Amino acid sequence: MRALTGWRGQAGTEVASWQLPARRRSELGMIILVFVLTSGFYALSNLGQAAALPAGIIPFLVLVFVLMLVAHLSLRWLAPQADPVLLPLAALLNGMGYVFIADLNHGEASAQAVWTGVGVFAFIITLAVCPRGINLERYRYSLALVGVVLLLLPLAPHIGEDVNGARLWVHLGPLSFQPEEFAKLALGIFFASVLAERAELLATGTRRFGRWLVLEPKYLAPLLAAWGVSLLVLLAENDLGSSFLFFALFVGLLWVATGRAAYLVVGAVLFIGGAVFALDVIHHAQTRVQAWLDPWAHFATSGYQIIEGWFALGAGGMWGLGPGQGNPGIIPEASTDFIFAAIGEEIGLVGVSALLIAYLLMVGSGLRVAIRSQRSFTKLLATGFSLLIAVQVFVVVGGITRLIPITGITLPFVSYGGSSLVSNYILLAILLRISNDNATEQALAAERAAGANSPAFAQDNDGAAALPETGVMSL
Amino acid sequence: MTDVNSRVRAVGVGAVVLVMVLFVQLNYLQVFDATSLDNNPHNTRDIIAEFVQPRGAIVSADGVTLAQSVPSKDQYKYQRVYPEGALFGQITGYFSLTYGTDGLEDEYNSVLTDTNNSLTVPGNVSQLKKFFTAQPSPDNLQLTVLSSLQGLAAKELAGRAGAVVALVPKTGAILAMYSNPSYDPSPLASHNQAAEQQAWNALNSNPGKPLLAAAYRQRFFPGSTFKVITAAAVFDHKPALATKYYPVTAGFVLPDTADQVLHNFAGETCGGEMLELFTVSCDTGFAQLGLGVGAAGMEDEAQAFGWDQAPPLDLPGVAQSSFPPVSSFHDNLAALAKSAIGQESVQATPLTLAMDVGGVANGGVIMTPHLLDRVTGSQGQSVESYQPKPWLTATSPATASKLTTLMLSVVNSPNGTGVAARIPGIQVAGKTGTAQTGLGYIETWFVSFAPVADPRIAVAVLVEDQPPADDYVGGTIAAPIAKAIIQSYLQPGTGLKP
Repeated sequence: MRALTGWRGQAGTEVASWQLPARRRSELGMIILVFVLTSGFYALSNLGQAAALPAGIIPFLVLVFVLMLVAHLSLRWLAPQADPVLLPLAALLNGMGYVFIADLNHGEASAQAVWTGVGVFAFIITLAVCPRGINLERYRYSLALVGVVLLLLPLAPHIGEDVNGARLWVHLGPLSFQPEEFAKLALGIFFASVLAERAELLATGTRRFGRWLVLEPKYLAPLLAAWGVSLLVLLAENDLGSSFLFFALFVGLLWVATGRAAYLVVGAVLFIGGAVFALDVIHHAQTRVQAWLDPWAHFATSGYQIIEGWFALGAGGMWGLGPGQGNPGIIPEASTDFIFAAIGEEIGLVGVSALLIAYLLMVGSGLRVAIRSQRSFTKLLATGFSLLIAVQVFVVVGGITRLIPITGITLPFVSYGGSSLVSNYILLAILLRISNDNATEQALAAERAAGANSPAFAQDNDGAAALPETGVMSL
Repeated sequence: MTDVNSRVRAVGVGAVVLVMVLFVQLNYLQVFDATSLDNNPHNTRDIIAEFVQPRGAIVSADGVTLAQSVPSKDQYKYQRVYPEGALFGQITGYFSLTYGTDGLEDEYNSVLTDTNNSLTVPGNVSQLKKFFTAQPSPDNLQLTVLSSLQGLAAKELAGRAGAVVALVPKTGAILAMYSNPSYDPSPLASHNQAAEQQAWNALNSNPGKPLLAAAYRQRFFPGSTFKVITAAAVFDHKPALATKYYPVTAGFVLPDTADQVLHNFAGETCGGEMLELFTVSCDTGFAQLGLGVGAAGMEDEAQAFGWDQAPPLDLPGVAQSSFPPVSSFHDNLAALAKSAIGQESVQATPLTLAMDVGGVANGGVIMTPHLLDRVTGSQGQSVESYQPKPWLTATSPATASKLTTLMLSVVNSPNGTGVAARIPGIQVAGKTGTAQTGLGYIETWFVSFAPVADPRIAVAVLVEDQPPADDYVGGTIAAPIAKAIIQSYLQPGTGLKP
């Protein structure tokens, strides 16, 4: 990885104007690598399943490559100094997801291909309409409103729909989508913006109570408000996954912004308390928890999905049965909630571990974008978005492996689903936008420092900024 | 800012820790616990793995497809179909997602499953090429059964409970094996689990027990057909009795009883030497012959004819015919007298009786019964042919010849009980049987082989649940069916057509 960026090693502080081709060139290299990898898996999967390559594989692969190339070129044009790893990682996850969706259901695969196109389009539009990450802060209240409305939209009569006991879907004319996937972006921006502004206030709001430092009750208000909304989502929409995702996002950001561990403790207590209370009310959640505590006792009913998921993982073992060779179609919801188990059957522990590492790299790159950001808002926003991906992966994979109850949310970029894919491409575009901002601001700072002829990086209080030569892999 | 960054880093460390926890849990499921998950009884992956590949066809000797896999649109890719339905259900068995396999589907599962295309990692380039290009090509089963004869058996039974087993005495090849009630395996092979379950429950609640084929999985009182074995016991153990004269009587007091009298069928009187006793199926005479041979001799002869062990037919769950052990006759010679005429606790499957008369026809040697003629490849080429092999030497050729004389007399003598089985131009040897079940109905039998000079077919016919009648009912109900089968097989194109 270093070799790819090495040529600018001697460039020193002149880096700014020459950074462009290097970062993008390594990105292109990685995209080609990802393309070769996913094409290979796609071909193997079809050979494994039908002993024949699908008709029209060449035009299809060319189309996929062109799509990724367009995303890459749009970065050259719109965000030339953005992080080079994020897009290839997204392409890898999206591509592998597609391979396994195609293995499971050809109809869904065609739809997923179209959604990938829409996602890349949304990615480019986001980059184009948002020239600076900081601009998003202007719309925070509108976005907060949009977020809450989206979150509660499935409750609206006529357009909302129950699927498998949870109310997640909205139908508007011919269009069906899961508004929660977009609500998480809007609320992420809102949380980051509010917390960036109020962090110090929220951090100092403590009162000494005997030996203990306790949060001032009035500073608990935002936490309680977020908890209220998340509980509403849980109770009204039966959606434990989204409810947890929002609350985790808010509490996580609250802690990152203020450094008050008390928020984490209070947040955890509130959420668990709320969930336990909700259990008494919601039958749907009860059965999921029963299936979590003892799936074997509920094999024929609520435990069926998780146990079929385990059978798939067990059948895959260390190396997997091979792409297209398994039979993951037995698992209910194999292409969405349980796609991780389907992948584990065909490419084994080795394959799913690689997938987890890809997510880790993505989260790590996102957090690095946060660390390098000089502004509180974008720093928190990048942290929040990285957290969203991390929490989703943990909730999905943890649910399948029974670390936590199954909640039915999607695996970012991998699961079948247009809403999820498009919203994650928008999330990716915003992360890359912030990353590009960082590099630009850093270059400006370096120029100013060089102009003042003083030690360039002394004024930077951020370790990352003090290392302009940091390669793409450093965190 | 530095504080915030350190917390952002802490978030990253947290993410690493969570992934490690997931990794540990995945290791547990995919490596440590994988074998126990694979072996879990709830795990249907092995069965489904068989479902998602094509399966060989089962074809009758006359080229009728009895079972085959056709492409389906669902996740299993292939649907097993049974074009002949219930006619061959008890032979083909079923291939069911929920209920496993039975019949030939079970017996020859490994042949019908494509084992050449197993999912092994290819070791070299040519293997790699085959790995990707070879279409799965399972082998097919070509049977000895003639669908024409099978169809005739079903037609002749005309819906009555019973069974027909026809085989080639010299090879043991089964020509027809049909019982009523039978069942259509198609719904059991449905990929719709509700349909599957409904069919299964219906079959299991059917009092006729269609899943337990009467031909080879159920035992019945053999009645007078057992006299073939009693006669063999006389020749082999007490030959002097064969020419002993037994006075004509309507009944005699059974030994070891105070006053229990064994009567002839329908209160008739009969007597004479063994040929006469056999021809008219004289119960009193044969009961005394059995007593004369003794318990040990009778048991020995029955076992020589393959009783008390399951015939090695290539199907799962073949029942054994049973003759009581010697000890059960101690101080109970009345039971031996009744056993000698196929009553008391003597029980037989139609398959055993067909094999026994086949043994008589084949000079005393019972051949291993088999349904498989040969295994054919996907291009129709013969992969493996079944080689006939003897199973038991039931008796000597001399005894077999004497038994043939007795059986010929049953059909050819004017007073024989099997005159209904006479066929112009073909010498038929046979023996009737009519067993009282004590349940208000009778079971009628006819066992036979033909032509006597060079036997090519042996047939056992059972018709169950007939109302009691004062006639030679084995001869009037079962014998015509055997006649039709023999005639159709030996004189195709004449007489009765399937």
